[in-house]
Amino acid sequence: MENLAGDRPIITLRGVSKTYRRDTIAVPVLAALDLDVAAGEFLALMGPSGSGKSTILNLVSGIDSPTAGRVEVAGVDLGGLDGAALAAFRARHVGFIFQSYNLIPVLTAFQNVELPLLLTALDRRERRQHVLDVLEVVGLKDRSDHFPRQLSGGQEQRVAIARAIVSDPSLLVADEPTGDLDAASAAEILDLIGCLNREFGKTVVMVTHDPRAAERAHRVLHLDKGVLVEAVRRERP
Amino acid sequence: MTRYLPFILRNTLRNKRRTVLTVLSIVISLFLFCTLRTVITSLAASLESASSARLITRRSTSLTFMLPVSYRDRIAQIPGVADASWMTWFGGIYIEERNFFAQFAVDPQRYLELYPEYRLTPGEKDVFRRERTACIVGEKLARKYGFEVGDRITLRGTIFEGVWDFTVCGVAHPATPDLDTNWLLFNGDYLNQRMGDFGQVGAFVLKLDEPARAGDVARAVDATFANSAAETKTETEKAFQMGFISMLGNIQAVIYALGTAIVVAIGLVSLNTMMMAARERTREIAVLKALGFADRTVVGLVLAESLLITLAGGLLGAGLARLVFGLTDFTAGGFFPSFAVTDGTVAQALGIALFLGVVSGAAPAWNAARLHIVDALRHTG
Repeated sequence: MENLAGDRPIITLRGVSKTYRRDTIAVPVLAALDLDVAAGEFLALMGPSGSGKSTILNLVSGIDSPTAGRVEVAGVDLGGLDGAALAAFRARHVGFIFQSYNLIPVLTAFQNVELPLLLTALDRRERRQHVLDVLEVVGLKDRSDHFPRQLSGGQEQRVAIARAIVSDPSLLVADEPTGDLDAASAAEILDLIGCLNREFGKTVVMVTHDPRAAERAHRVLHLDKGVLVEAVRRERP
Repeated sequence: MTRYLPFILRNTLRNKRRTVLTVLSIVISLFLFCTLRTVITSLAASLESASSARLITRRSTSLTFMLPVSYRDRIAQIPGVADASWMTWFGGIYIEERNFFAQFAVDPQRYLELYPEYRLTPGEKDVFRRERTACIVGEKLARKYGFEVGDRITLRGTIFEGVWDFTVCGVAHPATPDLDTNWLLFNGDYLNQRMGDFGQVGAFVLKLDEPARAGDVARAVDATFANSAAETKTETEKAFQMGFISMLGNIQAVIYALGTAIVVAIGLVSLNTMMMAARERTREIAVLKALGFADRTVVGLVLAESLLITLAGGLLGAGLARLVFGLTDFTAGGFFPSFAVTDGTVAQALGIALFLGVVSGAAPAWNAARLHIVDALRHTG
């Protein structure tokens, strides 16, 4: 896996605003936000519901677009990409970790993890090797033929993390990755995300309400009503 | 697309009961479609086998009225007529009514010569001419009831009452496989004598010198008997058979209407299935798109699933129809000489299945392509 650790920004947001429309009512969520995230950084976004933290996650992962401003990720200006190019960008650069795992229930753990690789030119044998490698990283190689319903919540999230990293993206976006887990499983998942950041140099942007989860990050940004109100920086280990 | 096949298969079988029921409804409807279309193709095939070198002369008022046998000699003298013979519909019952097959009392001397496409040995023909109770059975009929030369066949008359015994003197083999051989011919002298030399026949068969002159000859024949007690109507063999078919009404229009209704109904069923399947998976589709699946790939996945269901139904429905009618030698009680599901019918059924797949998959595929990832990830369907 590529190691992008360093201080050059992998994410740059300049003057980013986002306003949602609910029927005829405009709901501003972000207002002229500037943000840099360094390659290899572990960033946590905190704040009350509706503060705009998930919107930042959506914007940097290319599944939503700003109303104004510029979003650049891994040297790519996302505003200049059409739907197909954005899809290709996500496949290449972004790994998603969702709160409720979002595994496909009819596919085994192996097949779920394999999904992003179906978009690559890898042949069946190569795909198999990649999938088994990442399942080993998340400690679930022996559960590769299990369906999501046969796994615990923590195991499901680990499969989801394996799916997020199997195509070796530079950026992991995690939206409340421990929100549905008990404390022990949550700690395991945070350990795993921390390991991916430290050992494999993945840049992590994580939305969380949990202060214990945020403690794992190098930097914690607090948002309120679309504005950054506080930043806490920790020493990178 | 083959790398997505396991994923497509898993999705198709996600709700097994719904998928099986949808496939079954397509199987049944396309089986029905094949059956209905085979009615049309079978009728068309019987027309195609009609010769253009023969004319049929019958009573102008109705087929049910007869003509004097004495007309034969006058018809044979009309320019353009190479030979003339006659036949009479017998309409007997073999053991029980459901064993329907065509039976004709025919001119023993000439009739067989007018139908060279049915092969008989000279010996068989000779016995037929000589023996009063001799009969010839077509190959298909012989196979169906196990008739062999020397067997006795007893028919119960309906138009000509009484019990009629015949002895099989030959089995007619068709020159081409599309020819009907589900019939029995017997020596017309037997009928004439038992009915008290009544001298009536159902129709005359005319062999033409030149098929191109069929119109002129037909007009000449009918003119010969104009203003007589028994006026005639002469037409080509094909027109004569079409007349038989038209007695059923506009069967083709009815069949097409039924076929269209079936296709539309089943299209709605499969559309409903695909819409439900896609709606249930709104969030999963959003996840796929978030992972980097392009809109066109998602469209392809939804369409492939829809096509898999409808083509499976199409293959099973058309295959079943072919198998059932092929194995059972079905003839609708002898009404159809041959009731074979043709390659064209199978191809049409598969074409309909393909069409249904595209139509029923198009709307959910379009919705999937337009799906906004952020909104759909919040979906809790």
